[in-house]
Amino acid sequence: MTSRDEILTAIRAAVKRQPGAPIPEPPPVLLREGAHETLLEQFVAAFEALAGHAVVVTTAAEANAAVKTIVNGRTFAASSKMGGGEFSRDACATVDVGITSADYALADTGSLVLLTESAESRLLSLLPPCHIAVIGRSKIVPSLDDVFRTRALPGETSSAVTIVTGPSRTGDIEMRLVRGVHGPGEVHVVIIDEM
Amino acid sequence: MKTPDVTAALADKKLQLAIHTATGRMAERRREIVAQGVMPDYQDIRQHAHNLKKHTLENLDYYLEQLERNVEARGGKVIWAKDAAEACAFVQKLARDKGVKVIVKSKSMTTEEIGLNEHLENDGVETVETDLGEYILQLAGEKPFHIIAPALHKTKEDVSDIFERHLHSQPESTPEGLTMIARKALREKFLEAGLGITGANFLIADSGAVVVVENEGNARLSCSAPKIHVAIGGIEKLIPRAQDLGVFLRLLARSATGQALSVYTSFLAGAKRPGEPDGPEEFYLVLVDNGRTKLLADESKRQSLYCIRCGACLNHCPVYRKIGGYNYPWVYSGPIGKILTPQFKGLHDDPWVPFASSLCGACGEVCPVKIEIPRILLELRADVKKDEGASVERFGFQVWAWLMRHPKLFGRLGSMGTSTMNMLPAVGPLKNWLSQRDLPESPKQSFRDWWKKR
Repeated sequence: MTSRDEILTAIRAAVKRQPGAPIPEPPPVLLREGAHETLLEQFVAAFEALAGHAVVVTTAAEANAAVKTIVNGRTFAASSKMGGGEFSRDACATVDVGITSADYALADTGSLVLLTESAESRLLSLLPPCHIAVIGRSKIVPSLDDVFRTRALPGETSSAVTIVTGPSRTGDIEMRLVRGVHGPGEVHVVIIDEM
Repeated sequence: MKTPDVTAALADKKLQLAIHTATGRMAERRREIVAQGVMPDYQDIRQHAHNLKKHTLENLDYYLEQLERNVEARGGKVIWAKDAAEACAFVQKLARDKGVKVIVKSKSMTTEEIGLNEHLENDGVETVETDLGEYILQLAGEKPFHIIAPALHKTKEDVSDIFERHLHSQPESTPEGLTMIARKALREKFLEAGLGITGANFLIADSGAVVVVENEGNARLSCSAPKIHVAIGGIEKLIPRAQDLGVFLRLLARSATGQALSVYTSFLAGAKRPGEPDGPEEFYLVLVDNGRTKLLADESKRQSLYCIRCGACLNHCPVYRKIGGYNYPWVYSGPIGKILTPQFKGLHDDPWVPFASSLCGACGEVCPVKIEIPRILLELRADVKKDEGASVERFGFQVWAWLMRHPKLFGRLGSMGTSTMNMLPAVGPLKNWLSQRDLPESPKQSFRDWWKKR
């Protein structure tokens, strides 16, 4: 008998089930309904409470200018979606600033949700000490439950769904909060009102 | 019953302060964020999470098979490991076959449980813990002190010494500076590693996905930078649907550190897909039994497996908060350790474990998935006693019960006791009993005598 069969057999003996037997109805899915009125204000407040920096602009052109101001002469790499060139792992590992899109923003926790199906790199929002995400205002939803409401199986189209809630942090030395331990210590979001 | 000597831990003022401050702060933050005004549905969510775990474990074979199908549908491989040896052997062979020299690892209690690092190091593969606290401890050659804050017992001076010794860095007096030393050293490892290992906070059956929750970004790096990602999780980590994740995420970080969400939650469904610029090329999921199926068979204690490893029970435990994480016999400490250890390891080696509790009930009250830890502790105590057969203690209680049924005799012995109790010899059968207890000084007269003369 393989280990797989041994484990499954032991489980069935423990919970008294037959192989392939139907299961009872699981507890219902519990997804919260959130308020949609003040999403932008809520998101910005939550994001800034985590030491993130938010800028709200009207048009895509203004967003470009806002990004430039934040970069402020530092080295940067932008994803292809943000007008950058071909993906380069070396660039991710060496630049000061990574610029990417984001697929959702969560108003209740100030989080950004990044799906790999958007052809965004995993490392560009992770390796550089500063991350700038550009997102349309319409992508702000009340909570994570709204992401799962529209995408019951996000793994079907993305190998990774990453929920980013503020700058990378640790409290491992004397419980003192230090930002930027492995991921970016500085995070910005540029929100485009028209999109 | 032989108990560990905790006098050193109790006498260490620095350690006592560190434990008190760290656990106290985590407990305080938790209290604030689950308060009625802040999270009015907290109790409902707890109950719902409990129900989901109950349902999943009662149908665990079904959900494991579903998980396996979904992982394999995306080209991932599922490895079933009966015990620690099988799990370690798989990783070791994979590393050998793929010619891996450096492995980066993010924090995982399951890999601590199976002793993975020791195993790989013996094979000449450099295995680097990348969570800051775990990294410090790995350099120092120590084990995690706490599930969530593994190095809470180390001061910044300790860390500076450890870094000086092992990384040849200059002395550094601030947590910020020390953190940056680690960032630099570990960044090199992430970029050169051929294989990354993460744990699994949750396994999602309908998605074939692993969910990893963290604050630092080292788990994201471990599963994104190397060519191979191996996730290792206990079979009890399953939840049925991606849509159930919100419930557990709302509980986990709040209970652990008092955050609404941890900084990074990674939902990982296999290796990189066509069109994705980066990510691992191969994905393996190791499902570890290592005693869990045995535990599953015990219906009244089965809920011990609901644990989501938040550490809240440690932070609220009056025993853990004094003796710390190094006086428990296994990797899991605090109240949850007190119910897991005897069930995984048996009652014989350390029968004292379920007794190291004041039964104050705080652990059960703060558990985000409502594990009845105090009840299970009592059941385990009963199991230990059943195991021991007739003991001196039991004989003592029989005598006492008999006396209680004979009030006159009880009264007479009571007045005698006031004069003889202080002379109780600490030898013979009483020696063992008194070795763990201090007798109070006896009053000049018994209560009954005092009542009569009043």
